[in-house]
Amino acid sequence: MTDVPPTDALAIKRPFRWHILVFLAPAFLVYTAIMILPLVETLRLSLYNLVDGKTVFVGLNNFITLFSDPRLAANFWNALWNNLIFFVIHMLVQNPIGVALAAMLSVPKLRFATFYRTAIFVPTLLSFVIVGFIWKLILSPIWGIAPGMMDWVGLKWMFAPWLGKPESALITVSLISVWQYVGIPMMLIYAALLNIPDEVLEAAECDGITGWSQFWKIKLPLILPSIGIISILTFVGNFNAFDLVYTVQGALAGPDGSTDILGTLLYRTFFGFQNQMGDRSMGATIATVMFLIILAGVSLYLFVIQRRIRRYQF
Amino acid sequence: MAKARTSYLRSGLIHLALISYTLIALFPVFLTLVNSFKTRNAIFREPMAIPTPSTFSLVGYETVLKQGDFIGYFQNSLIVTVVSIALVLLFGAMAAFALSEYRFRGNLVMGLYLALGIMIPIRLGTVAILQGMVAAGLVNTLTALVLVYTAQGLPLAIFILSEFMRTVSDDLKNAGRIDGLSEYAIFFRLVLPLVRPAMATVAVFTMIPIWNDLWFPLILAPGEETKTVTLGAQMFIGQFVTNWNAVLSALSLAILPVLVLYVIFSRQLIRGITSGAVK
Amino acid sequence: MTRLLKGMFFATTMFAPAGAALAQDASLTIESWRNDDLSIWQEKLIPAFEAKNPGIKVTFAPMAPTEYNSAVNAKLEAGTAGDLITCRPFDLSLAMFQKGQLAPLNDLDGIKNFSDTAKSAWTTDDGKTTFCVPMASVIHGFIYNKKAFEELKVEVPKTEDEFFALLDKIKADGNYIPLAMGTKDQWEAATMGYYNIGPNDWKGEEGRKALIAGTQKLTDADWVEPYKTLAKWKPYLGDGFEAQTYPDSQNLFTLGRAAIYPAGSWEIAPFKAQADFEMGAFPPPVKKAGDTCYISDHNDIGIGLNAKGKNPEAAKKFLAWVASPEFATLYANSLPGFFSLNSTAVKMEDPLAQEFVSWRQNCKPTIRPSAAIVGRGQPNLDLEMWRVSANVINGSETPEQAAAETQKGLDSWYKPAK
Repeated sequence: MTDVPPTDALAIKRPFRWHILVFLAPAFLVYTAIMILPLVETLRLSLYNLVDGKTVFVGLNNFITLFSDPRLAANFWNALWNNLIFFVIHMLVQNPIGVALAAMLSVPKLRFATFYRTAIFVPTLLSFVIVGFIWKLILSPIWGIAPGMMDWVGLKWMFAPWLGKPESALITVSLISVWQYVGIPMMLIYAALLNIPDEVLEAAECDGITGWSQFWKIKLPLILPSIGIISILTFVGNFNAFDLVYTVQGALAGPDGSTDILGTLLYRTFFGFQNQMGDRSMGATIATVMFLIILAGVSLYLFVIQRRIRRYQF
Repeated sequence: MAKARTSYLRSGLIHLALISYTLIALFPVFLTLVNSFKTRNAIFREPMAIPTPSTFSLVGYETVLKQGDFIGYFQNSLIVTVVSIALVLLFGAMAAFALSEYRFRGNLVMGLYLALGIMIPIRLGTVAILQGMVAAGLVNTLTALVLVYTAQGLPLAIFILSEFMRTVSDDLKNAGRIDGLSEYAIFFRLVLPLVRPAMATVAVFTMIPIWNDLWFPLILAPGEETKTVTLGAQMFIGQFVTNWNAVLSALSLAILPVLVLYVIFSRQLIRGITSGAVK
Repeated sequence: MTRLLKGMFFATTMFAPAGAALAQDASLTIESWRNDDLSIWQEKLIPAFEAKNPGIKVTFAPMAPTEYNSAVNAKLEAGTAGDLITCRPFDLSLAMFQKGQLAPLNDLDGIKNFSDTAKSAWTTDDGKTTFCVPMASVIHGFIYNKKAFEELKVEVPKTEDEFFALLDKIKADGNYIPLAMGTKDQWEAATMGYYNIGPNDWKGEEGRKALIAGTQKLTDADWVEPYKTLAKWKPYLGDGFEAQTYPDSQNLFTLGRAAIYPAGSWEIAPFKAQADFEMGAFPPPVKKAGDTCYISDHNDIGIGLNAKGKNPEAAKKFLAWVASPEFATLYANSLPGFFSLNSTAVKMEDPLAQEFVSWRQNCKPTIRPSAAIVGRGQPNLDLEMWRVSANVINGSETPEQAAAETQKGLDSWYKPAK
């Protein structure tokens, strides 16, 4: 303890900065007590299992089982793969649409902008209970809304029971999710676009950069940090997703597991479903693996991508 | 002239695109509302039609209002949502400020620690949370829900807010310090007003999962006195699953308050965004 | 801002105790997944009990069936579950009992009103301890639209050939969808399909017990045959049946657009309320005329005592009442289609319910094959059968593949006792 590094010595000389503690304490306490401790308890479970009715420490055995048991491993890889597709569809459809909508909305002196913005954000406010029920009705081959509307435009032959076919169910559910959440990237980008100072844009206009090229050359680089945030939020949100698949396709995430993502797999494993008993240890194991996947993604963002994005202080 | 025409064309295209998307966004909501006012046979035969005198029916709403105390559920949802948002914003902004403003030992570690929560669904801790709430005697209270939602909302709030706080100019804060403002005053008087747009965004983000959550109300506060709108609607769907009049009416009742709330709130949100922008 | 905050916080703490208000008398809460029955409990059953037992207040607290198991387990673990727990049959409730969450009920007044068969769904493997009071069983079969049958001048089918001839005729006519069933929710494919028609092939209890003993396998002809029959249903289902949900099917039938509904008897009450035509029912058709018929008569619902409940005495009073003939009559008539398991004969008013029960005289009853003993491992046999039955009807798996998959899943954990 004697060889204190010089930087620390400097720090010690400063008076203790109580305000940092005051700023951090409330969030830290609530978060630790209600979120972290229960979660740690769950993660701890992944190292334990029931043996003859007693909870025993088994080390990494649960993980070995998860990846070596043919059925569990198949379920897990299937869910992970589906989850990746789910994420890719969001990145390719939701975020570009969100940016495009925000760009259009931020056109100066656009009429009805408030109305559009409010309307497009409405789906985001709806609960999964509503979204699931409504879209099942719309896409139902029996109720006939989607087939009827496609008939008007002469596309009836293209209609299929999308939610019931293994090859189209996942894409359909992903698009419903996109429909629901496009408002979030739109709002974030919109706020970022409004935050660009007029002087910057005026300077650009003086240089003759207007319209599309202004968007690509001036605005887009300035909102890159926001796009970064959106991407990582989409990633985290998608890998935690559960409710929409649950309300639209049920906990079994059918047909034949084709819409099963990590969240639904975890739910079935941890809490059980119908006549299947919940398996707390295996559920906790899957939760831990999910956690590691998301941790890897977020670290990649924080340590590699975020550092390369230039940030501008206005 | 040519320039004016292209700008007309451009704004015309923009309007066309925005109107199309607005229709896509609102169509399902429209469908729900319209059909909730029709008879059961009409819902099936002509789902797209506006109710006519012969197909108009309020039977769905009658069933809903007879079955549950939806106004009470709505109050519960409102209290839980508003209090949680307020706590998330206050605590979250304070922590984000500490993390983005000061260099201190453990800053990075603390930042990562507080970000952990976005990576793992809090639902996984359900059993331990429930045990904790039982021990604290908070089961079947709105306080239990507020605590859980505050904890759940904090990580994301801190993450977004600290990103925004880094864009607040250092010169401004240093000027404040030279003028003898305390760190608290700098935070509350200088920084907070500048990150208002981000606060509004966080508020909306926080609100959605809270308002729509089904799981924690089911586990922590399923009692009649503490039931939230979403839980009420879900129970109702379960009970009247084939009675689409009733289900659509219940859904309409669950949608309308959110819409009204959002339309009011949306003004604030936009005012926050525009006035907050440093120009 | 802060004042608003304080006000709000104050408001929550004020609201908080409302939920925890304590009643002077004993109050009981029933945890249940039967949210369909809420009004029947509130308006008929509970008032009948409370009238006889002043001082005990009963609340029926149902939740969605899909959330019931997970939510009730979480509540039991934390000790916040109600005094009375509605019991799923067989292995799920057995697991609760083994964890000490359900109390044994061997010495409950009235438990002797039930036969061993009735109690089998809620009794330990050694047959010694019963932990739930049996409430009702459900019977599978087919409900049909009498008006449609009259229009088409067709008769109720007795054999499988007659059944498919009938379906062809309805399809050729074109006015009605022959069979109202979808595969989106998966469970109907197994519950109303495989478990419904299968007992005729695997000979009811005989096949079920042989499966448990390991002398028969799911890949044997008797167990593959029902899948083959199911695969033949596909052309008779409605357009887009792959995305047709359970409520869709119910609506199709009650709105008079489908002629036959592969059913469980629990549909009787809701169908009566919604359909404006006469309904009849027939049991699963047999292979050849004169074959013994088998029906699925499945113990479906019981009620048990939370071992850590706060009012065990009052709760036991309630359970004794549930075990009484009085309750049996009340319940069976309020919910036609849930057949009492009480040994005392119950007189039922509903003709459709009587029709279902009358099959017990000629046909041999059995329970669902995946429910007992072979249903307690991973992968869960019941859920596997849901999945493959839906696949077979969709045509994405052959009957043989389906059978092989379920047997493989079973082999991975189940070792029949030698």
